[in-house]
Order: sequence, then structure tokens, then C-alpha cells
Amino acid sequence: MSTPDTSVTRRDLLVGAAGALGGAVLAGLPVSVDGQEAAAARPTVPADPTKLQGGVTTQVGTRSPFETPTRAPYGETVGNSLTPLQDLTGVITPSDLHFERHHAGIPAIDPERHTLTIHGLVDRPLTFTLDDLKRFPQVVRTYFIECSGNGRAAYRDPKPDMTPQKVSGMISTSEWTGVPLATLFREVGASPKAKWFLAEGGDACLMTRSVPIAKAYDDAMIVWAQNGEPLRPAQGYPMRLLLPGWEGNINVKWLRRLELGMAPWMTRWETSKYTDPRPDHKADMFTFVQQPKSIITAPGHPREVKGRGWHAVNGLAWSGKGKITRVEVSIDGGKSWSDAEILGEVRPKAAVRFQQMWEWKGQETILLSRATDETGAVQPTRTALIAKRGIGTDYHFNQIVGWKVERTGKVFFHGET
Amino acid sequence: MRHSLILLSCTVGALSACSASDATPHSTAIASADYAAFGPMDGARLGLGRTPDKTVLAAMDTDIDAKGTALPAGRGSAEDGKRLYAQQCAMCHAPDGRGMPPAFPRLLGRDPKAEGFVFAADPKLPHTIGNYWPYATTLFDYIKRAMPLTAPGSLTDAQVYALTAYLLAEDDVIPKGTTLDATSLRAVKMPYVDRFLWSDEVGASR
Repeated sequence: MSTPDTSVTRRDLLVGAAGALGGAVLAGLPVSVDGQEAAAARPTVPADPTKLQGGVTTQVGTRSPFETPTRAPYGETVGNSLTPLQDLTGVITPSDLHFERHHAGIPAIDPERHTLTIHGLVDRPLTFTLDDLKRFPQVVRTYFIECSGNGRAAYRDPKPDMTPQKVSGMISTSEWTGVPLATLFREVGASPKAKWFLAEGGDACLMTRSVPIAKAYDDAMIVWAQNGEPLRPAQGYPMRLLLPGWEGNINVKWLRRLELGMAPWMTRWETSKYTDPRPDHKADMFTFVQQPKSIITAPGHPREVKGRGWHAVNGLAWSGKGKITRVEVSIDGGKSWSDAEILGEVRPKAAVRFQQMWEWKGQETILLSRATDETGAVQPTRTALIAKRGIGTDYHFNQIVGWKVERTGKVFFHGET
Repeated sequence: MRHSLILLSCTVGALSACSASDATPHSTAIASADYAAFGPMDGARLGLGRTPDKTVLAAMDTDIDAKGTALPAGRGSAEDGKRLYAQQCAMCHAPDGRGMPPAFPRLLGRDPKAEGFVFAADPKLPHTIGNYWPYATTLFDYIKRAMPLTAPGSLTDAQVYALTAYLLAEDDVIPKGTTLDATSLRAVKMPYVDRFLWSDEVGASR
């Protein structure tokens, strides 16, 4: 047995010091705005990492100190935080970056005390624990959730300095595990007379939404896991309703009660909110389905196009109506369009990543994307959407958006399509 | 087998009677596809869960539907509501009811510019109780379940009636000085209820 040599001891100290320093540097970074990376000092690492042993194993992983994606804004009880789309690749949103929208904060819930009660027009009202739910046959599905207010600011008042996060950051995609709601409705003996059910959350506003019962027999789930682990508290821990393709708010988090009935309850959230005023002085209500939509996330403000030549333009496309069948990209402000490549598996009501190679020759131009889904629905321009629905429409904004690339390589949001 | 039949009849019944969702174009049909894969269960119940305690369920089941079916006993006056508003609501929604949108919406008074349901033309027009909300019963339901912010669910039924009366009176939906109870609240018709259309997709009911 040899005496540990001093260089090893020094290395260990260095590793420890580097870890602590990394944390300190991260904690000291200025708060980023809309996920823009702070231009502060870079983390300190060895000049040549091949010449000393690296860091030790850890209980819980962390990102490289060079990667600092953040949701924004934050710190709100009644409010939201948006996913930094410009920092992500693929289609799955890391759980800690899933967008948030809360109406009474994030409740702290003990999963052993939380239950789900199903009652109303049923043969047998039943209360289920989380352990009960996990004994039912499980399904695993990948779906997006999008707030129906996503894109409102970019629709009403587009500004050049908007980032992908600011434009469209209330869309996230996860792999969800849970039980089909139809299974639970069979367990309680749902009455054929029931036409709607009320879903109630266990937060401080007892969020309530009415859902047409057909959705339960289509693809609705009660989920308890997200991307391989229990739901994050911000996503409804320990269980939430998941109604694939439908506006975020109706996917009731912290779900505690389902009541089956004959008609919608007309809760605050489906009447005074989440209704869509129309130019003919009426309003659409129960407009659950999220329309086809896409956004280029690279390039995107404030990141510059660095260097002439080939660039992989890519982004996300999704539709609450089913599968994305086509994403077109324009590299000339909409004069011409060509089909982008869709990367990976196309799944209904899940985002896809699209890509289009683009040769930049230093000219000023506008990059746009346009999604089509399997029902044939196509993303409209902002002009067309305003003509159809009015500038004051309140939800479900799926206008075409893009990026203006200047000769300098600077990139700015182009929302006036 | 009995339950398979129930499931089938539910599905058919729901699809034929529920216009708000039967037009959802893509069905991933979790239910039928995965039942087939469940093998030995063969559509059986698992016998999981327990019968809810009646008292516990009653405490949770406070929802008031659009007809006001489950409105509780008790009554409250707009006058009492005014006092309560000053004590319990004004710190967020402001003494004059302007609120601090969007987190704390405007609660008192209608903006003449926002009459006639012209909201699609101008995003700045405030959606208020009197110029937007289609059902008065919703006010009772929401105040009782979620307000005040600092102590949700702490108001008595009489207090909720009083606040409901005050907000409706200030928005000129009911006369000032009105006292509301279950019967009179059920009878309140909101000015713009007829403007709301059931649509499963935005713009689809045009």
C-alpha cells in the first residue's frame, strides 16, 4: 500500500474546489432575462482537462456550468414561467424547464395523504390513493402541453427583441405515465347518462374545469410520472389530469376530484377566462383544441448567425388535432417555401423537431416556419388570424412567426406575418 | 362483459350527444387499444379504491353549476358585501375595484367603452363581471372556493352571498341594495350570456 502522493491530494482538492467554485460562480450569475445567457464571467475550468482527474460521482446530476437555461419570468404565485426553447433540442422538455402556469401557487402535497375521488353519475363513488392508481394497467405516452395563452404578446404586440422563449415558451413536451381515465370510469361504473365531468385540483383556488365525457373514452389519462420520475410539483405532483392536445389549463394539476354530470358547470375558468371573443361580438367557449403551430428556435434572437455558409435551421412544430404531417420553412420572408425534414418519430399531439439546411450568403432575410397537421389545418399568418378573430382575441394564437436576419448576422423577432 | 357493454354504451352515448368534443379529429384511442393489450383482465374491474366518506366528500363537493342547483341556504345583502369587500378584497382588487390586472382582475364597475361585447377589436378593454361573465352562479362558486387570496375557503355562505350581491350591484346587473339567496341568485340573468357559443375549436362555430 503506497502513501497517497501529494499530487493526488492536490488533485482532489482541485476537483473539490472546482466543484465549489462552479457552484459559487453559478449562484453569483446575474439573473437572466428571458433565458438570455448572462454575459458574466465564464466558469473556471482547468486549461487542459486531460491532465488531471475529473469530478466525483454525485447523488443528483447537474448541468455543465456552461449551460444555464432558465425559465422566465419567475417568482410569481399567480403567474407563469416560460420554457427557454432556444436552449433545448429534440422534443422532450427537461422536467425542471417545463413551463409553469399557476393560479394559486404550487401546493405542497404529501402523496400519502392525497387522494382522487370520482363521484356523481357513477354506480360506485370511489376514492383512490396514488398506490391504488399504480395498480391499474399503465400507459406511457408522449404529449405536449401548451397554455392557450401561449404567443399572446407576440400576436398583439410583436417586438424585435422577443426571444423564442418570450414568443412561444408556454409549450413543453413530456413522456407521461399514468392510467387511462376510461379505466377508472369503468372501475366506478360511469353512467351512460353522464355527458360531462368536473375536474378539481387541490391547489388554493381549487381549480375546476368541465370536460366533455367523450374525451375520457378517447385519450385522457390520470398521470403521476413525467420523463421517468414522479411529476414535478409544478406539473401537478402527485397526480394530474392529462387531456392530450387540449389547452393547458384544463389539464388540471394536483387532481383531487372528478364529478360526473349532465352539463358543464360553467366555472370561472371556462367562462370569464379561457373563452375567445369574436369579431361578431360573441365568444367561443370550450375551445379546447390547440391549433397547429411551429416556431424556429435556432436561430432566434438574441443569438447571432455566426458566419456565412451552411446553418441547420431548426425548431418545434405541434398540433392538438393529431400528427404534424408537414413543416415548411421559408428563407426569403414567405416568397417561397420548402418542406423541412422532420427528425425522429411523429406522434399525435406531441411536438416534432424539424430541420432545414440554409446557406447564408450574408444577405438580409426573414426565416419563417409553417406547420400542417393530419387534418389539413395549416398555420395562418398573423394578418389572416387578426382578420378572422380580431386583435383582442384572447387565446389560441397560432400565427406564423419568424426571424429577421440582418447583414451583420444579428437576429430579431419577425412577428408581423 | 357487463362492464364492456357499459363502456360501449357510454362511448356511443357521449359521442352522439356531446357536440363539444365529437369533432376532435384525431383519436389516439388509448382506451380501446390498450384494453386489448391488458390480457387476463379482459375488461374486468380491479376492485380498487374505497367508498368515500360522506362527510369528507360533502366538504369537497361545493361546486355550484350554472343552474345554481346546489346553492346553499343563507342570504347576504350588497350592503354587507360592501363592508366585506373593504375588509377582505380591497387589498388586492383595490378599494375602487380596479384591481391589479392580470393577477388581480378588476372587480367593480363597467367601462362604457367595453359595452356591446366588442372585445375582439381591442385587447385593452377590461373584461368585467357585468360586461362579460355569462353566469352569476359562477361568482358564488368561485368566491366560496378560492377567495380571499390570504384565506381561501374561509367565507361563510352568507358572506359569499353578500359579496356576490355587492359585485353584481356595482356592475349594474342587479339593483343596489339587493339581498341574494339561492332563489334570487338562480334568477339573475347576466347581460351578455347570449353571446357565448359552444365550440370545440376556436372559430369552429362560425
